[in-house]
Amino acid sequence: MTARLRRIGLPYLLLLPALALELLIHLVPMAVGVAMSFKELTQFFIRDWNAAPWSGLANFRIAVDLDAPVGQALLRSFGVTCAFTVLAVGLSWLLGTVAAILMQDRFRGRGLLRTAFLVPYALPVYAAVITWSFMFQRDNGMVNHLLHDQLGLTADPPFWLIGDHSFAALVTVTVWRTFPFAFLILTAALQNVPRELYEAAAMDGAGIRQQIRRITLPSLRPVNQVLVLVLFLWTFNDFNTPYVLFGRSVPEAADLISVHIYQASFVTWNFGAGSAMSVLLLLFLLVVTAAYLLVTSRRERGPRKARGPRGRRPARV
Amino acid sequence: MAPPRSFLWTRRIVLTLLALFALTPVYVMITSSLKNLQDVQGAFRWLPDGLTIRPYLDIWHTVPLARYFLNSLIVAGCATVCSVTVAVLAAYAVSRYSFRGRRFFTVTVLSTQMFPGILFLLPLFLIFVNIGNSTGVALYGSRGGLILTYLTFSLPFAVWMLVGYFDSIPRELDEAATVDGCGPLGALWRVVVPAAVPGIVAVSVYAFMTAWGEVLFASVMTDDTTRTLAVGLQGYASQTDVHWNQVMAASLVVSVPVVAGFLLLQRYLVAGLTAGAVK
Repeated sequence: MTARLRRIGLPYLLLLPALALELLIHLVPMAVGVAMSFKELTQFFIRDWNAAPWSGLANFRIAVDLDAPVGQALLRSFGVTCAFTVLAVGLSWLLGTVAAILMQDRFRGRGLLRTAFLVPYALPVYAAVITWSFMFQRDNGMVNHLLHDQLGLTADPPFWLIGDHSFAALVTVTVWRTFPFAFLILTAALQNVPRELYEAAAMDGAGIRQQIRRITLPSLRPVNQVLVLVLFLWTFNDFNTPYVLFGRSVPEAADLISVHIYQASFVTWNFGAGSAMSVLLLLFLLVVTAAYLLVTSRRERGPRKARGPRGRRPARV
Repeated sequence: MAPPRSFLWTRRIVLTLLALFALTPVYVMITSSLKNLQDVQGAFRWLPDGLTIRPYLDIWHTVPLARYFLNSLIVAGCATVCSVTVAVLAAYAVSRYSFRGRRFFTVTVLSTQMFPGILFLLPLFLIFVNIGNSTGVALYGSRGGLILTYLTFSLPFAVWMLVGYFDSIPRELDEAATVDGCGPLGALWRVVVPAAVPGIVAVSVYAFMTAWGEVLFASVMTDDTTRTLAVGLQGYASQTDVHWNQVMAASLVVSVPVVAGFLLLQRYLVAGLTAGAVK
């Protein structure tokens, strides 16, 4: 009897630490976060948030009121974040794919190149991004030295960390940090493509281009579905890169949503409004992710069928 | 069959450009860290006029870098050990047993992975401050509190990766161990864990790297004594006179341990990521 009980209880026992932690670090904070968004939680109530008065939907109304500065700023930040995400994920994915495909065959120096591509991924964010912010300095930075002094591409050396150029600077740094991850994952995926496929295709007279189009890209598709979603979530939610690159004065053109909510909460100490924005952000991410998973899984279900020896596939992201 | 020459040239050019893109900041970091203050404040030069190791000596005095280093080491180390240990147990349960609520558990864990850190930052900050006020337990500003917040991203990732990895280890192995008299925990410890070493190493490296590089929680949840490198390094840059050579020297010093570790263990990381994500 005890043995039977132990057998049934064991999985729960194994899960217990994880469950306790999940409750502590995810579920309770989420519940508190949602509750906060319905409260008038200003600096006076930080020390005891239970004392803050309920305010109903007021925080949400402020966040989405496009006639008021808060709502306008949030919408602009959302727009910047969307444009930034599309551009940065697209470029990272493209560079990662190109690098992975070009390095599929063995050649001299491949290991060295691979290491070179992985370095941006391995460097701690703040160390790498601080270096970029040095390179983007107007007067003593490397970027203006190269573009203005050496190549003569710009009439005046531009400011990169303030004004509209900051968007380009942010995209550059993000792509630099992210493409190695795409490269890493896609390289791993390409290792699973049997060489015989290429040999057979070459026998049938397929050129390199056709081989890439007919064999390489299709075999990457399942991985790409996960990869693009992960890149999207990381990039859309990125706080570290803009925060380290620009410091506390983030330019409007590069005001990503995470930093925006952070500033709205900790600079003005209005936690209620900040929480309302977080909840809206979460809803948006849930909808996008659900839609994405629905679309990709429907496409996948078509011709391809059961996979894996046990018929159960580890859940995707 | 050899690829055509045009392909080889395209490959050479594209890969060279990409490598330049990837490595230029590293080059700037290294050379600038060896320059005098006047040199880094003047117009940028690819080749330094004279080399000096002064910045490497000064970084330790301009800000208390050694203390930040120790704080980062403790926080990242504890967060890694804690999340991987808890995740191994949970992943084993999910991978090997079917029980009521399994699907709910995995879905919860997986979905929390997509949530932005900012979502947890405000409530956790508030909870920590309130716990401190009502019980006197100082979570806000303490290393323990920071470690706890780091579990918000390292634990779901570790669970997700390890379930994928454990699934790829044949069940027959630990079933055989059970038949030979091992308890389930014995089977986990003697069979599954050793077989999953690459996955566990990969998850640990990843958890450590993310914790070592985390900025958001570190900038809110720490005070003067518990500040980590992520916040500490900004100390050089926020002064009126930015010592860029010292900033670069410090960046290099804090990068060396993780980059070296990463490059040494990259084989494991690729294997682990493959098992977890590429299936």
